[in-house]
Amino acid sequence: MIPLSAYVAVSAVLFATGLLGVLIRRNFIIVLMSVEIMLNAATINLVAFSHYLDSMQGQIVALFVIAIAAGEAAIGLAIIIVVFRGKISTNVDEMNLLKW
Amino acid sequence: MAFVFFAYFAVVSIVAGILTVSLKHPVQCGLALLALLLHVSGLFIMLNAEFLWAVQVIVYAGAILVLYLFVLMLLNLKTDDRYFHAKTPYLLAPAAIGLIYLLFLLVRSPFSGAKGDATSAAILLNGDAHAIGIKMFSEYLLQFEIIGVFLTGAIVGAIVLAKTPKSIETRRDA
Repeated sequence: MIPLSAYVAVSAVLFATGLLGVLIRRNFIIVLMSVEIMLNAATINLVAFSHYLDSMQGQIVALFVIAIAAGEAAIGLAIIIVVFRGKISTNVDEMNLLKW
Repeated sequence: MAFVFFAYFAVVSIVAGILTVSLKHPVQCGLALLALLLHVSGLFIMLNAEFLWAVQVIVYAGAILVLYLFVLMLLNLKTDDRYFHAKTPYLLAPAAIGLIYLLFLLVRSPFSGAKGDATSAAILLNGDAHAIGIKMFSEYLLQFEIIGVFLTGAIVGAIVLAKTPKSIETRRDA
């Protein structure tokens, strides 16, 4: 029997990887991919607790998380296309039009 | 046996995650993300969540990742020379120390809570999809409808954003 803390540890490592990716990568598409890694880490956590606590709620919320991820990907990629059309760059350092 | 599978899925998903944030070419990052998603779905199988495994493979690996690769191919990005943040070396050491401390705390802490009624035996009786369906369309019906409205809004927003804007002359004529 694999302990619950093993799953939680895997999820923590994946979340930290995604967070680091959001912070250090400069390509907007890779930043969105790192957000997907973080959402996946959260999903592992939800499903693991759902299994070990004998409850269905975690799996239901995990489904909602996947739906949110789909919407986020669609909107994020549409924003990338709009920005790319105007500036021919996906570097987040050059997207500073809204910076105050 | 279960431990071998868990170790394989966990190690490969972590390695694929690290490759996703560290590889240079965006398409290679997308393929590493594909490996990550498939191995995370393997972890779902280990946790008796077959329905989420199917959703992960179909929606994540099949739809979302194809959308990413499609946009990558469409934009035809060239690899930047400076693809990391300028202060990356200074960020890595504190991140590693914080992560090791967090793992130390997580592995030591005893997790427990109120047990529900959906035991493994009860789920395996009719299958995972049946259990999720019963729960989703009774207790979580309102949330399900809200997700439907949210996805409609996201699709409309994406189409409006990505539509080619009319030029100013044609707008004046209209």
